[in-house]
Amino acid sequence: MSATRLTKGGRIDRSRTLKLTWDGKSYDGFVGDTLASALMASGTQILGRSFKYHRPRGVMSAGVEESGAIVTLGTGVRAEPNTKATMQELFDGLSAHGQNAWPNVRNDVGSVLGLFGRFFSAGFYYKTFMGLPPFEWGRGTGIWMQYEKLIRKAAGMGEASRLADPDAYDHAHAFCDVLVVGSGPAGLNAALTAAQQGKDVILVEQDFELGGDFLNQTDPAAEARRIELITALQAAGVRIMTRTTAFGLYDYGTAGLLERVTDHLALKPEHSPRQRFWTVRAGATVLATGALERMVCFADNDRPGVMTAAAARSYLNRFGVLPGQNIVVTTNNDSAYATAAELAVAGASVTLVDLRPEGGGSLSEVMADASVAVRTGLAPLRACGRRAVNGVQLARAEGNSWATADTLPCDLLLVSGGWSPVVNLLSHRGAKPKWDADLACFLPAPCPDNVVMAGSASGIWQGDACEASGIAAAKTALGQAVEGPVPGGWDTPIKPVYEVGLPDQKTKGFVDPQHDVTSSDVRLAHQEGFVSVEHLKRYTTLGMATDQGKMGNVIGLALMAEALGKEIPNVGTTRFRPPYTPVAIGALAGRNVGDHFRTLRRTPMHDWNLRHGATMTDAGLWHRPWYYARAGETITEAYIREAATVRQAIGICDVSSLGKIAVQGPDASEFLNRVYSNAFAKLPIGKARYGIMLRDDGIVMDDGTTWRLSETDFLLTTTTANAGKVMVWLEELLQLRWPDLKVHVSSVSDQWAGVSVAGPKARDGIAACLEDPDAILAENLPFMGVTRTRLNGGIDCLIARISFSGELAYEVYVSAGYGERMMDLLWAAAEPLEGCLYGLEALGALRIEKGHVTGAELDGRVTIDDAGLGKMASTKKPFIGSALRQRPELLRPDRPQLVGIFPKDRSQTFNGGALLCKPGVTEGHGEGWVTAVTHSPALGHWIGIGYISGGHGDWQGKTAIATDPVRKGDIEVEIVSPHMFDPEGERMHG
Amino acid sequence: MIRIPCPFCGIRDHSEFTYGGDGSITYPALDAPLQEWHDAVFQRENICGVQTETWHHVNGCRMWILVDRDTMTHEIHAVRPAHPDLAKALESSS
Ligand SMILES: [Zn+2]
Repeated sequence: MSATRLTKGGRIDRSRTLKLTWDGKSYDGFVGDTLASALMASGTQILGRSFKYHRPRGVMSAGVEESGAIVTLGTGVRAEPNTKATMQELFDGLSAHGQNAWPNVRNDVGSVLGLFGRFFSAGFYYKTFMGLPPFEWGRGTGIWMQYEKLIRKAAGMGEASRLADPDAYDHAHAFCDVLVVGSGPAGLNAALTAAQQGKDVILVEQDFELGGDFLNQTDPAAEARRIELITALQAAGVRIMTRTTAFGLYDYGTAGLLERVTDHLALKPEHSPRQRFWTVRAGATVLATGALERMVCFADNDRPGVMTAAAARSYLNRFGVLPGQNIVVTTNNDSAYATAAELAVAGASVTLVDLRPEGGGSLSEVMADASVAVRTGLAPLRACGRRAVNGVQLARAEGNSWATADTLPCDLLLVSGGWSPVVNLLSHRGAKPKWDADLACFLPAPCPDNVVMAGSASGIWQGDACEASGIAAAKTALGQAVEGPVPGGWDTPIKPVYEVGLPDQKTKGFVDPQHDVTSSDVRLAHQEGFVSVEHLKRYTTLGMATDQGKMGNVIGLALMAEALGKEIPNVGTTRFRPPYTPVAIGALAGRNVGDHFRTLRRTPMHDWNLRHGATMTDAGLWHRPWYYARAGETITEAYIREAATVRQAIGICDVSSLGKIAVQGPDASEFLNRVYSNAFAKLPIGKARYGIMLRDDGIVMDDGTTWRLSETDFLLTTTTANAGKVMVWLEELLQLRWPDLKVHVSSVSDQWAGVSVAGPKARDGIAACLEDPDAILAENLPFMGVTRTRLNGGIDCLIARISFSGELAYEVYVSAGYGERMMDLLWAAAEPLEGCLYGLEALGALRIEKGHVTGAELDGRVTIDDAGLGKMASTKKPFIGSALRQRPELLRPDRPQLVGIFPKDRSQTFNGGALLCKPGVTEGHGEGWVTAVTHSPALGHWIGIGYISGGHGDWQGKTAIATDPVRKGDIEVEIVSPHMFDPEGERMHG
Repeated sequence: MIRIPCPFCGIRDHSEFTYGGDGSITYPALDAPLQEWHDAVFQRENICGVQTETWHHVNGCRMWILVDRDTMTHEIHAVRPAHPDLAKALESSS
C-alpha cells in the first residue's frame, strides 16, 4: 500500500501541521487527522502485531471496530494501551508506539510463533493444561505457572502502567427529554425534530466532528446540509457533546456517557479532568449509531493493506489520503461502488470485483465513466504478500464451492461484505436483534423502553432515507404516530457471503482479527461439540476482544450456522454488554480515589486528639484514637500503660463515634420495650440501662445503653459500627410495623461529643470540672444514673455513670462544638491525678479483661445466650426476636459460647482468629474460635475471648489448642469464664 | 438504574434508596407462636413478576415506601408511603 496525502480535499487543515512520534520516529500530520490517517499519509503501514500469532497488522477500518491499528498511546505513567489509532484524534506532540511486539511491530521476533500456529488454535488452553491447575488443583502448579507466564508474554495486548493514575476524572449528571446518540444524517435530524418541538435534547457524538457519514462525502451539497442542520441545532438550544461515547444503556432511560475532555489536547489544562463519566436520565432515547461494514473471511485477509471499503472512502474524502495507487475493491453489495469511483477520480487505478454475477446494475455504468474496471461473479480467495498486500487471488463460485480464478496485483485490497447496524446499545436493554435475510444483517427489534433506532442503525442505507428516518424516530420517541422509511435501499440485493475458501485450505482466514480467531477455529469448535453460540464464543474467544466482536461476530455466526446446517437466526446471537467501547477504570472511579475512596468521619475532638499525641486508626468510616504513645513507646507499651492507668487512676477516651439516637414521644418507652430483649418499660427517669436488641430471627443485632432523660425522651446509644443500621431498623419498625406508636426517632450522633472517663479517680477528675461538684457524688449519681449538669464555664452536659472498662466510669456528653473545651477541662483535671488519655487498643484490653462483647463477638451469628447474656432476656414480655430465638437449633447446649482464654503457659501468646480445637484434632473447623486477644495489665499475661462449643462449663480443667496454621502453630490454652477480671463488678460499683 | 418515584421527594435514582424486602408480609404479633414467626421470616415467595417491596429513601427523606415492581422488567407500577396514615393523607390531598 503506497498511500499518499492529496494536495487538496478532505476536512483536514493543511495550514496547521502537527508533530507526532511513532515508535520513536517523528512524523507530521494535520489538524483534523486521526493517528491512523496521519500515519497512513506518512506511508507507515505496519501498526500492530496480532494477539496470538504476532502477524503484522495495518489499518483495517476508520472507526471503533478497528482490529489492526491498536497501539499504546503515551509513555510511562500515562501510557494508554490498546488505543485504536483510528479513533485517536491527532494533537501536537502525540507520542505512540506499537505493542505486543519485540523489538518493534516492524520486526517482531514473536512472529515466528506464526509458524507454530497450531499451538494456539481454539481451546488451546483447555486441552494443553487439562489436569493441571487452574483446571484441576493439586498437581503441577509449578508447570502451569511457568507456561502461563510464557503464554501471557507471547499472547497479549498492550501493557498498562503499574503506577497510580495521575489524572483526575469527574462524575457528572444530566437530565433531558430526548437523548440522541450519533450525529449522522439520522441523528442530526432526530435531535432537531425534538428540539423544534420544544424538547430538551442532548446530542452525543463519539467523534470530534459532528456529521457521521456526512463527513465521508465529497458532494458539497452534503456539507451544506450538515452545516445547515448543525446551525439549526445550535439555534434550538440542543446540548451537543462531541468526543463523547454513549457506552451503555440502562433501565429507565439511563445512559452512561464517557466524555474525553483533554485526550485530544497537546497542553492539558491544569484543573480540567481528563474524562467525565456522565449519567444521563432521558425521557426518550434515539439511537442513530450507524452501521459498520463487515469484512469477508478469506486467506490472509488480515494483511496490511486489506481494509473495509468504507474505511478507504473515509481516508480519501475526510482525511485527504489516497490509501493506495493500485486498488482492488471487492464487494457483494452496492455500497462499495461510489467508493471505487471516488478512488479512481482521485487518481488510483481501480478494479471493482463484484461477487454478484449480475454486478451492480446501473451502478456499473458510473464505473465506466470513472474508468473503473468491473469484474463480476468473483470473490477474494487469498490476499498475497506477507508484510503488505501485493495482490489478490480471486475465486469463482462453482455450485456450493469455489474455484481458483486469476490473481490481480494491487497495493490496497478493499472488502465490503455487507453492513451490520450498530444495535449494541439496544441489546444492552435486552432487545434481541432479529436477522434480516434479505439485507444480511441483524435489525433492531422493538424495545419495551422508549428507545428508538434511526438511520443505518435500523438498516436504512441511503442518506435521504436516513434523514427522514431521524425525523420519524424523534416523533415516535415523543409518542407521535408516524411511518418512517423501511430498511434497505440498494438497487441490486446483497449476495451474502461470509467466507471464501477451498475445501482443504490450510491458510488462515480471520473471523475476529483482534483475537486472532480464524474460520478453522470456529469449525474446530463445532467439531468438538460446541454448538451453542455462547459456548462458541467462550471456547474460541470470538468477540471477546476489546471491540466485542464488532468486526467478526456476524461472520462467526454465519460459519457456525453453516457447520450446523442451520439458518443464522436459528443459531442465535450473543448479547452485547456495556461498555460499547472500553471505559477506563479511572473514569468509573471518578474522584472516589485515595483519601476520597470513602467518607472519612472525624470526631469533634479529632484535632485535639492529634495535638495530644494520638495515633489514629480506622474504625469503619471513623478515624479514632488508637493509642497515645509517649516518647519511645511502642504501641504495645502504650496501650498496656494506658489500660493500667485506667485501673489505677483515671483515663479519658473519646467515644463520640458511638451511635446516638433520640427516641421521643408518648410511646417511646413502649417502643423500646419491644425493641430491646430486656425490660425497658419501667426504666426510671434519670437512669440508663444496658440493652441488647435482636433481629427478627433471634440473632443479636446490637447492644448499647439507653438513657431516660424525661417521661418521653430517651437517648439510645449504639455501637459505632451499627449506628446507621439501627437507625434504619427503628424507622422501619415505626413506619411499617407499628405505625400506631407515637414515637419519633432522630439521629443525633453528630450533635454530641462524648468521652468516657474511667478509673478509681474518675469521680474526682470530673468533679473538678463541674460547676456543681456535688452533682457527681455517689448518692446523687449512683451506678447507671444519668444527670444533666454544667461543666465549668456554663457548658451544659449529660453525665451517665456507665462502665465498659469495669472501673468506676462515666460518659460525659456536651454539644459537639464544646468537645475540645470539654477535653481541655477534663485533661487539666486528670493529668495531675496521674491520669492518661487512652485509645481503642487500651479500650479493647479493658473490655476483654471484663469479657464485654463488641463487634467481633456480635458477628451476626450469635444468640444472646451464646454471648452469655441470656439471663438479660425478659421472660415476662415479648420482644423482637423473642419467638425465633426459641428455635431448637439456637437452643442446643453444644453451641459455641462466649469464654475467656488463657495460655496454659502464661508467658505465651496466641492470635485472634485462631481456631480452638481438642488436643490432637487440629484439623477441620475445630470447636470454636478466638475473637480477640490482648495483654492484660491487670492479670499480667496474655488473655483472649472467643467462642467454644459447650462454653467454659464443658471445658473446665481441660486443655484446648489455639491453632493458627497460617501465622503460627499450636498453643495450649485454658478455657475460663469470660469475666476474667473483677468478676463480681465491685470496682465499677465503688 | 431503577428510578423510583418517592411519594415525598419525586422521582429519584435507586442509589438513594436501600431495598428492604417483601412488602406483602404481615408480621405476627410479638407474642405469636414460633411457627407463625418462622413462616413470616423464612417462608418467602420468589416472585417472577410484580411484587410489593419495601424501600427506604435512606439518602433522602428517610421514609419507608411500598413499591410494586416487576422483578423481570424493573417496571414500577405503584408507590405509596409504608405508613398507612401518611398514605391516606397523601391520597386525600391529591
Ligand atoms: Zn423521599
